[in-house]
This record gives sequence, C-alpha cells and structure tokens, in this order.
Amino acid sequence: MGEMAHGRQRDLNFRTSVRVWHFRRLILESLQSDLRDEMKFFELVANKGNHKNYQIWHHRRWVAEKLGTIAATSELQFTQEVLSLDAKNYHAWSHRQELSSHIIFMAQWALQALGGWENELEYCRELLEVDILNNSAWNQRYFVITKSPFLGGLPAMRDSEVSFCTNAIIENPDNESPWRFLRGLYKGDNEAFVNDPAISKVCICVLEKNKNCVFALSLLLDLLCYGFQPTPDLNRILSTWGFSGSESDQKYANLVCLILEKVDPMRARYWIWRRDSLPSHVC
Amino acid sequence: MSSYTRMGELEIEKHTQFIMSVEKKKDFDSMVMEHLRMSGAYWGLTTLDLMGKLDAVNREEVVSWVLQCQHDCGGFSGNVGHDPHILYTLSAIQILALLDKLDTIDADKISAYIVGLQQEDGSFAGDEWGEIDTRFSYCAVCCLSILHRLDKIDVGKAISYVASCKNFDGGFGCTPGGESHAGQIFCCVSAFAISGALTHVDRDLLGWWLCERQVKSGGLNGRPEKLADVCYSWWVLSSLTIIERVHWIDKEKLKTFILDCQDKEHGGISDRPDDAVDVFHTFFGIAGLSLLEYPGLKPIDPAYALPVHVVDRLFFGQPH
Repeated sequence: MGEMAHGRQRDLNFRTSVRVWHFRRLILESLQSDLRDEMKFFELVANKGNHKNYQIWHHRRWVAEKLGTIAATSELQFTQEVLSLDAKNYHAWSHRQELSSHIIFMAQWALQALGGWENELEYCRELLEVDILNNSAWNQRYFVITKSPFLGGLPAMRDSEVSFCTNAIIENPDNESPWRFLRGLYKGDNEAFVNDPAISKVCICVLEKNKNCVFALSLLLDLLCYGFQPTPDLNRILSTWGFSGSESDQKYANLVCLILEKVDPMRARYWIWRRDSLPSHVC
Repeated sequence: MSSYTRMGELEIEKHTQFIMSVEKKKDFDSMVMEHLRMSGAYWGLTTLDLMGKLDAVNREEVVSWVLQCQHDCGGFSGNVGHDPHILYTLSAIQILALLDKLDTIDADKISAYIVGLQQEDGSFAGDEWGEIDTRFSYCAVCCLSILHRLDKIDVGKAISYVASCKNFDGGFGCTPGGESHAGQIFCCVSAFAISGALTHVDRDLLGWWLCERQVKSGGLNGRPEKLADVCYSWWVLSSLTIIERVHWIDKEKLKTFILDCQDKEHGGISDRPDDAVDVFHTFFGIAGLSLLEYPGLKPIDPAYALPVHVVDRLFFGQPH
C-alpha cells in the first residue's frame, strides 16, 4: 500500500484526476486499510492549492462516512483549519454540513457528548468575527439555527439572532449577507416582521449615517409594504430627502421606491417594478 | 463603417482561431484538463456555432472521438480511457445534438445509465462513487429530455429533491442547506424549467437575489461579496431569463464588462479583464452576449445551453 500510495502521490500533480482517487479507493477497500491512516494522508496533500479540488473533498467525505462517528471531531476540526485558510471555501462548508447531518442521523448521543452543534454556532460566530463579509458563514449559521435539535428551532432563536445580526449590520452596513439573513429570520411570518421594533430601528440607525444605503432603504420598503406605520423617526429621515411630514402615510412606500431608483440606478427597473407592484393600501 | 468598431467590439474571428488552437495544444494546462475534455469540446463547439463558425470543424472526427468515450454502462467519460460520469454524459449528448448526430447512439442505454444514478430521495449521484449535487440533477434532466426519455426517471422525486435545496434567500445550493450559488441556481432553475416545475421558484425573491449579483464594474458575481467573473454572465443571466426577470439588471453595463474580458490580440475571453483566457470563459462570455442579443450571434436556449435552432430541431423536428 505504501509504495503504490507514494507513486500515486506523484501523480497527484494532476490534482483533478478522478481516476487517481478512484484507484486509491479500490486499493483501500481491497486491502481493508485502517482508514484513520487515510486521514493522515490528507495532511500530506492538504496544502492550499488542493482545497478547491472536488475530488479531494469527495474522497475525504467517503473516508469520513466509512469511519462514522470516530471521524466527527477530527472532521469538524479539519474543516475549521481549511476554512481558516480560505473562509469562503465552498467545498469545506458542504462537507461540514453533510457530516453534521450524517452524525445527527447516526448518533445523536455522540453529538451531544462532543458538543458538535453548540460548537458549530460558536464557530460561525468566530468566523464572522474574523471576516464579517463571509456569506458562507452566514449561510451555515442559518443552517445550524434551523436544523440543530438542541437550539429549539428558528422561533426560539429569533430574538438572539436578530440581535446578533443587527449588530453586524451596524458594524458594516454595506455587507449584503446579514441584511438577507435578517429577512430570512422572518420568512413566512410577516406579522412578526412588521411588529419587531428592532427591524425599523436598524434601518433608521443606518440611514441616519448614510441615507443612500440601498440595503436599509430596501428593508424599509419591505416593512412599509407589510403595513409598517411610519414613526416620527422615519418622518425625520424621509424629510432629509425633501419630503415634508404632511405627506400622507400611504405615499411613503412610493417615495422610498423613487429614492431607490435614484441611488441604485443599475437596478432601476427592479425598483420601478417594486413601485408598480405596491399593495394598494400603501400607494 | 459599423457602429460597433469601437473599443467594445466582439472579435469573432480571433475567438474562432483561439478555439481551434486549443484543440492542438499539448502543454501542461491541457494535460491537467484532459479528464474534462468532453466538456471543453462542448464549450468550444457550441461557441463556434453561436458565432456561425461550426463549419471550421471536422464533424466526423469529433463524433468518432465522442463515441470512443462511451462505456459499456452507457455513460460517457471526459476523455478516452477515463471513467464515466454524468457531467460528461451530458456534454457528450449536447455535442451530438449540436452536430445532429444523436442517431449514432443508443438512447435507451444512456437512459439506463442515468436512471441507475438516481437515489432514493430523488437526488442524483455523479458516478458510482456517489457524490450528490444538484448539478447532477440538472445533468440527468437535461440529458434525458434531449433523448426524449425524461419519463424514465422518477421526475417527481427528482424535482422535490431539487426543491429541498431552496434556501431562505430564494436561491439554491448543491445539497439541502448548501449556500446559494449562481452556478447551482442555474442548475436547479433549468431542471425545473425542463420538467415544467417552475412553480417551485419564488421568481421575485430569486430575481432580486440574482440582480444583486451585478457589481459596480457591470460584471456579475456568483454570491455576495465575491468578485465578478464572466462565467456568471451565463449562470445568472440564463436563470434570470428563465424566470423572466432579465430586465432587472443593467444589460449595457454587463455587455461592456464581457467585451472588456476579451484578449483582442490572441482571442479568447478570461474571467475578468486582463487575466488569462480559457475556453470555459470564452463559452460563457459569448453565451452571455447571446442572451443579451448581441448582434451577429445566434440565440441560445437558457435551460438547455444549446443554440435555439438545435433545441427547435430536437423538439419540433423529426422525433427519434
């Protein structure tokens, strides 16, 4: 096994060769090799250049599934290491999620003992601290809070997640991900969306510093469409655009659409469509 | 003088020469890409046809090589002597459809190979080693549709698996919960389109996510906070076209971005201006320009990723 493996490692100059990995798996199976050794092999080949290689991930996943729960900690740890090199490595995230789903199905008790899910949320937080622009980490966070059996699901997590998310928004209002994440927290529950004061608060907070922030204006537009009643704070913000407080409430959504057409001209036709599709009670 | 003789003209002759020359290269890059030559051939040939230059190619030679890549199981590999995979099976069938040579293959055999890759939950593996990805769902649906054998798989289950990959932002990932990515979105939306299941798409929400891919330079990225890349000109644009929201992006700015990615001296298109060119980005750039109705290019079908005249021939010509 050793001799052939070294030979094949040379061939791994052709990193993307499916055949090489296929052949390797055949050898492993026929020799009934201890796959924990195979995990060590990955340390040899896991240099930066290889991380975007589908074949290596697929092979690693094959090994991890064969090993089962033994692989849990080391796998989560490994993906952490890879991700510290390239926080947006798409393949590492898929692998991590798949592994998490596999574990939860096969050995829920092992997960609790290892603290896998709880650590997952903590890890997302750490990753976001390092790179708040990391869309993959935001997506993973959503996956964990909705799928983890230990966190109580989305409704239970919503308040803390809204708080986490709005803090991230205020730190970096031009980052697309947390704005989308925030909307995702209220998916299918427009009433809760409109009634949560934290939403309008974050819009107003951002617009006070930058009245041109498209994400804030867009979220505000959504609120208005779902029946949000403008507050004095909102009146004040809109007055900086030259609209007086005497405008009837019903025209606010229309005004915001006009502003958006102006500040986001690349997507002008989208904002025009939004204006044309305003619910009758808001235009 | 044509009104297009300014900086932003599409260099059709140069791109034709570039594609023809890729065939003959024997350098390291070509060797590394050997396993996906079937896809490379599909990109090159389809681009030539879009530019009206397919006659430059020896069709018999191409068909002969494609057929050499078919295995006993019915699947096609990326090159002679490599292992079969659903990705290259689709590319092979697309090439044969393009060259109007689908009568050279046994459609039932190929269908059986694809049927064998469908899993219990409706998903598709790429090959016998079991990697699951919505890209493979698209390959299965597209390939079988071209062969007029879509009914051989469990379409309902295939579609519900793809639907289970829908995310909170309206986009789709490679597996359930996987981050939304323009390439995966193309695969899922096209799979829905081909199967008549577009009701699974929230067109307004996804349309907005897709039009947000356009960045200052006019180019498109594949997911939030990433760089623009010419290949997204295809994946984002075709998805928008299928869901009838393509007018939500600034088409002129995108056209300019793609044209700026050309190597006007040696031909070919790169991922972004001034980078190295390759046949992959050349195809996606020109396919994108076709969707933008750039003059002089044939129209392309956004779901099958084949010229419209080929798709018309498949579905309105003589049945096999």
